[in-house]
Order: sequence, then structure tokens, then C-alpha cells
Amino acid sequence: MLSLTDVHTYYGKSHILHGVSLEVGPGEVVGLLGRNGVGKSTTLKSVMGLARPANGRVTFEGRDITGLAPHHLARIGIAWVPEDRRIFRLLTVLENLRTGLDRTGVDDARRDALLEKVYRTFPVLRERRHQAGGTLSGGEQQMLAIARAMVLEPRIILLDEPTEGLMPRMVSQIRDIVDVLHREGVAILLVEQNVPLTLAVSNRIYIMEKGVVRHQAPAAALRADPTVIHQYLGV
Amino acid sequence: MSVAIEQILVQTVNGLVNGMILALVASGLTLIFGIMDVVNFAHGDLVMLGGFVGATTMAATGNFWLALLVAAVVIAVFGAALQISTLRPLLGRDPLTTILATFGVSLVLQKYALWQWGPSARNLQEPITGRFDLFYLQYPWYRVATAVLAGAMIGALWLFLKRGTYGIWIRATTQDRIMAAAMGIPVPWVHTAVFAIGAAMAAASGVLFGPLGGVTQTMGADFTLRAFIVVVVGGMGNLGGSILASIFISLLEAYASLFVSPAQAVIVSFVALILTLLFRPTGLFVPTPK
Repeated sequence: MLSLTDVHTYYGKSHILHGVSLEVGPGEVVGLLGRNGVGKSTTLKSVMGLARPANGRVTFEGRDITGLAPHHLARIGIAWVPEDRRIFRLLTVLENLRTGLDRTGVDDARRDALLEKVYRTFPVLRERRHQAGGTLSGGEQQMLAIARAMVLEPRIILLDEPTEGLMPRMVSQIRDIVDVLHREGVAILLVEQNVPLTLAVSNRIYIMEKGVVRHQAPAAALRADPTVIHQYLGV
Repeated sequence: MSVAIEQILVQTVNGLVNGMILALVASGLTLIFGIMDVVNFAHGDLVMLGGFVGATTMAATGNFWLALLVAAVVIAVFGAALQISTLRPLLGRDPLTTILATFGVSLVLQKYALWQWGPSARNLQEPITGRFDLFYLQYPWYRVATAVLAGAMIGALWLFLKRGTYGIWIRATTQDRIMAAAMGIPVPWVHTAVFAIGAAMAAASGVLFGPLGGVTQTMGADFTLRAFIVVVVGGMGNLGGSILASIFISLLEAYASLFVSPAQAVIVSFVALILTLLFRPTGLFVPTPK
């Protein structure tokens, strides 16, 4: 469904991605592991049109989307939950959700149903719906970031380090959400530092090193034999 | 030198009236800066163009209110075209490039106005001619009406930003352009729309100001400078701060002109600017950043 072929991305003069190729199938949860600074987040940004690949191709459902503007990508079913969450801090929780809800082709009934769904998934957001996004706790902001992606009704979510800096209770909640989305048939490309969580929720794993994909394997295989994980990640 | 209480009250009314027109100009400037990090040095020239379009419409139709509407619409469309052709390609570049670009646009617009409308000032007939007694003065109702109208337009802008989908789009884009785009908000068009709104407000100020000071091709620079001062004093990109700063600076100038000539009174706004930059560079009317 989503595929990257030999993607090279630069920030200014620094060459970050040296030909990344990977694929995510429909409804598949794919984990992207690697140490800090190997280009995991840049891979997601290259898909989202936020870092323009100098070479290579990104396709989504058979269509070349390389370098397409991010707002087009959001409309065709790609949602991005960034590492630093990027909540609109001065907008209320409801207004944050409305940035994705108020779009053409969504009638009032559909809109209410989507809102009801995210409020059911994250009851705390209903309680805090008139509160400014910036006043939420870290965990609540992460929930809002995911909820905001969900209202776009995406076919795939690019999820960047959702558990970073969260308490264990929140981490297990994030894990539940990933499972729920997976059951609903939403594909997920998950970038994480939390290896056990990634191995538990993913179907397949890619391991990156210095801007390229070094290894790929079914998550089950890595759960059974973690030597590759030790070798690349030192954990 | 003693100053009578009546003089102070009259200057308070003058300061408020001038402050509201300035606020109308400055709120467009600050909105544009907030959303695309562009200091529009041609903003005052949009005031000037609005004034000329208004004067031309007024001459043709004799209707001031129609002139106000036509000027706002024409300059909004012009502003949109200007943003698409000049500023959109420069988005995200070094601020110096947009400063140079808008400064260049300012020069072009002034020369165009000179060529099109000539060097002499145009006066618009004020639509409300009544006066009322304000102590020792016959104070024109029109001046009060401009303040009320400017306030109404700023209020309408505020409501537009606070309620409704487009207001959310504008505020979201102002806070985080990249995330807004990732949420499917058409950021390039939001920028164009905001520039058009700012241009329309500038044009409306030009028409409202027409009967008070006349319209000349060089009036833009003065408006740009004054609006720039209040935007800095109010906190760059902060709408409420710019409005308060417009009133604050105009009142300061009005009170200062009790003691010195109006030309010298302008100095106090520069003093306020310098003191703000020295002691509170984030702006006077914004909460202390945490």
C-alpha cells in the first residue's frame, strides 16, 4: 500500500537517508527500529512531504506521491503523529480535533460519529474538550495527537515515538490503541525506541542504521531470536 | 505650563480615534506576520491604494459607504494576487528576502499611484457632517464614527478567528504551519486568504482616514512605520497586543502634543518602541513568556 523505493533525503547539505526502501501492506503494523539519528523520523517526514526526497520514489496505493504537498496527503488517507506531538497549544482540544474534522465530504452526522468515537476511545479528551491543548499533560497530549490523526479516517498512520517520555500506564494505553487501530484495518508505520512494545504490536520489523534499512524480518522471528536486535541496537 | 482638564479629555478622544484607525491597519499587519513570518513593508501602501480606490469610487458614485466596500474588495483581490505572485514563492526563506520583496512592492505601488493619480492629495467628502460640543470644540461626529467602525471591523475579525472552521484553520496555521498542513489544511491558500483580509482592512483604513487627512501617494510610509511600531510594542503577531498598543501609542502622542508640536509628539512613539525593545522585547501587552 505504502512503498518507499531507494529514497534519498537531505537536510541542507547533510545526507540523511541513503536509499531507504520499505513497504507497508494494507492493515499491516510495521515497526521501524534503530538507534537515535539513523533517519527513522526523516523516513516518516519523507513520506509526509515534509522533507522532500532528492531521489527515489514514494508510492501510496499505486500512486506516486513523492514530493506531494502534505495537505494533499492528509486528504488521501495518510496521517502523521509526530514525535514531539505538535499539539496546537492555544487551540482547545475540540478545536485541535476540528482541524481534521472540518473538511469537505464529511457531513454533520459523520462528524459527530467520528468525534464520539475518539471521545469513547479517549474519555479524558471529552472531559477536557474546552481546555487549551497546551494545558494537557504529556500523556493526554499524546492521546490528542493520535485522536487528531484518527479523525482524518486515515488508511495509514505514521506514528513517531508515541511512548517517548510517558509513564508505564500511558505506554500500555498507547499499546491498546495501536491494537484497536490494527483491528480496524488501519495500517501503521511505527517508529519506536521501545523495542519490546514494537516487537509485540508489529507484524514486521525493519531495522535502520546510518540512513539505510539493514535488516527486515517478521516480528515473530525477532521475538523468538533476538540476536539481530542485540547486534543492531545493543539492547 | 498648565494644562486644563478639558484639553486632556479632548486629547483622550483624539487619541482613541487615531488609535482605532491605526489598530485596523496594525491588526492586518500583525495577522500577516503571525501566520507567515512576513513583515509587510507595503502594508501602508495598501492603505494608500485603498484610499485612492475609495476616492475614485466616491467621485464616480458620490456614495462613501459604497466607496469603502469597493476599496476593501478591490484591494483584497489585489492583495491575494500580490501574495501569490510575490510572497508565496519566498515562504520559509530568510526574512531578509521578504523584507526586500515587500519593500520593492512598496516602491512600485507608490510610483504607480503617482502615475495613476498624480502628486496632489485627494480629499474624500465625509459622509457624516454633524458636530457636537466637546468642551471648547465642535467635535465632528465622523471622527467618532470612524473609531466605532474600525472597532466593529476588528470585532468582526476577532469573531471570524474565534468561531468557525476558517478561524480554526488560520489559528492552527499561525501556531504550527507544518502540523496544520499534515492535518489537511490547505496552508498556501490560508496564507493567501489572510493576506487578502489584511489588505482589505488596510484599504478600509485608507478610506476611513481619507476625510480626516486626505489621500496622497506618500501616505503609506507613515502608516507602515506607525503600524510597525505598534506591532512591535504590542508583541509581534499578537492581535490583542497590537490593538492595545495602537491605542496606547496614539494616546501617548495625543497627550504629548499638548506640550510640543504634533510633529515632535511622534517622537514619543519611537521612545516607546526603543524602551520596549530594550526592556520587554516580547511586547508590552502579552503575558510574560514562561
